[in-house]
Amino acid sequence: MNAPSKPNDYSAYPDAEGRFGDYGGRYVPETLMPLVHELDRAYAEAKADPAFHAELNGHLKHFVGRPNPLYFAERLTAHFGGPKIYFKREELNHTGAHKINNCMGQILLAKRMGRTRIIAETGAGQHGVATATVCARFGLPCVVYMGATDVERQKPNVFRMNLLGAEVRPVTSGAATLKDAMNEALRDWVTNVHDTYYLIGTAAGMHPYPAMVRDFQAVIGEETKRQVLEIEGRLPDAVVACVGGGSNAIGMFHPFLADEGVRLYGVEAAGHGLDTDKHAASLTGGRPGVLHGNKTYLLQDDDGQIQEAHSISAGLDYPGIGPEHAWLHDIGRASYLTCTDQEALDAFRLCAELEGIIPALESSHAIAKLGEVAKDVGKDGVVVLCLSGRGDKDIFTVADAVGRTI
Amino acid sequence: MTKQRIDARFAALKAEGRAAFVAYVMAGDPDPDTAFEILKGLPGAGADLIELGFPFSDPMAEGPPIQRAAQRALAAGMTLRGVLALVRRFRETDGDTPIILMGYLNPLVSYGFAAFAHDAAEAGVDGLIVVDCPPEEADPLADALDTAGVSLIRLATPTTDDDRLKVVVRRTSGFVYYVSVAGVTGVKEADADAVAPAVARVRAASGLPVAVGFGIKTPERAAEVARVADAAVVGSALVDQIAASLAGNQPPAPKVLESVAALAKAVRMARANTAPAAGVQA
Repeated sequence: MNAPSKPNDYSAYPDAEGRFGDYGGRYVPETLMPLVHELDRAYAEAKADPAFHAELNGHLKHFVGRPNPLYFAERLTAHFGGPKIYFKREELNHTGAHKINNCMGQILLAKRMGRTRIIAETGAGQHGVATATVCARFGLPCVVYMGATDVERQKPNVFRMNLLGAEVRPVTSGAATLKDAMNEALRDWVTNVHDTYYLIGTAAGMHPYPAMVRDFQAVIGEETKRQVLEIEGRLPDAVVACVGGGSNAIGMFHPFLADEGVRLYGVEAAGHGLDTDKHAASLTGGRPGVLHGNKTYLLQDDDGQIQEAHSISAGLDYPGIGPEHAWLHDIGRASYLTCTDQEALDAFRLCAELEGIIPALESSHAIAKLGEVAKDVGKDGVVVLCLSGRGDKDIFTVADAVGRTI
Repeated sequence: MTKQRIDARFAALKAEGRAAFVAYVMAGDPDPDTAFEILKGLPGAGADLIELGFPFSDPMAEGPPIQRAAQRALAAGMTLRGVLALVRRFRETDGDTPIILMGYLNPLVSYGFAAFAHDAAEAGVDGLIVVDCPPEEADPLADALDTAGVSLIRLATPTTDDDRLKVVVRRTSGFVYYVSVAGVTGVKEADADAVAPAVARVRAASGLPVAVGFGIKTPERAAEVARVADAAVVGSALVDQIAASLAGNQPPAPKVLESVAALAKAVRMARANTAPAAGVQA
């Protein structure tokens, strides 16, 4: 089969039907279709409204703490003995991860649409905490669906959400993890269509979510571009980010898509290894299908039943991936590497010890592949890594993995 | 070949002046043999049409009863190929009762639309309802089904306004399924007063019979719906009988068929008691 040709205008995607090439779309029950169309129109209007952006930018500056730094990781650079490595410090945002960028955009849209109730799904709890945070800030009731298994292993984040006034509903259906939480949030939305806004946390799901979440996260890549030009006087040779659903990665990649000289690397979670059934690498180990409103790469069996993902990082523990990544993968504009649980744990400790930064286990997957990326770009290159979140939430998981009781 | 079975059944019922009773069960629930025993018994118990669920791991519009039915079926090894085998076996003894498969898109994507449409028609499937495939995304599937002569049956809902209804009924045949509540299956109850005008609206837009489902649990409610609609669909209440039988260590088939008989009887009697309402059927 011929490789699909690369489009020369990436900003034209998705098309009006929400397609990135063959991926994306709006595969939802009829009850939701009118709402999905309404959301599409409302977002298009907001996107074209300077007042919306002015308000969003104000909150991003004063509440979230943007812009965050582009930081030269000097000792890691020396460690890999090659290109200059920079961190885009998303972990310094309020709530400790990139998730808040998207939540702030969507809560303003929900208010604009007159919605009075917010629902969300969460895996590790980072998106749940960010959603609960903006709901508290704007005085809207918030229900967060979370797999019962995740509620058990992420107790501190459940308590944080409760402190912020959100109700956390444990989901016991299926395997009781992120995909089941998303099913349950969709069931809530179908049932409460008249007043409820579904605040999806990643650049996946039915159109317009993949495009909208990408746009709200693109602040990562836009700031990076400005900052690297200021510091280095040129664009980076490569940018690297971890990929679960893929929102921090697409936010970093998107402003660089047309800069063909910038290599884009996404890192998927390989869990116990791609040769086992315990991983979360949808692009590398899955095939295209339809789930949660979009066509994309999925982990599935021969009958089209969705399989459980596994990663030590709850934020990457999802059997699908955003449709724009599926498309960038097929056309070859971005490269997708994989990283096992063990490699991520090693990178977690390396970063803590060499840079004084405890990274999220999600971001540690990207850090683990810096050596490989460094080889690709050569000694004189510049690499930017999206440090998507801080690792305080992960210390119990890491302690457990290294056999320490804390 | 297969569309005709649905059309013939609705034409015959129209001549009788009554609505159809549609029974929904999940293929392979709780295991392939018991599921076949139930399926085989449905027409005798009074089901005029059969909706046969094909299981999916992530059924986003189902309430707990059908979610659990799908999980039981998958745990017992049911696959989409297995569902077609079940239909083929049913057709050995019943050539008339229409069978509509109902489920989610991904198992069909995985099977391949053209191969599925061909195999489904050959097995004796008459129609297909795909919950997460709105008209905007349906063309590739509709093309394959058209070639094979299998009806693509569309869902209309309380959120479907008149403009959208025109989109929804495009390329549809057999009947239209009106989802009587905004919600998942088997939780809210249908409001019979709101159903009548909605059914009339969908019937006018499509020129097809209208089946009503998603909120009918009791014979009384089924009778109310049968007075105004062309068919009443019951699913979760039947599937619950399977769960209850399993919990009580009883064989599920007799219990399910008993419920089907009670519901079917209520539907058959619905218009006999209120003769003028029968005129509603266009």
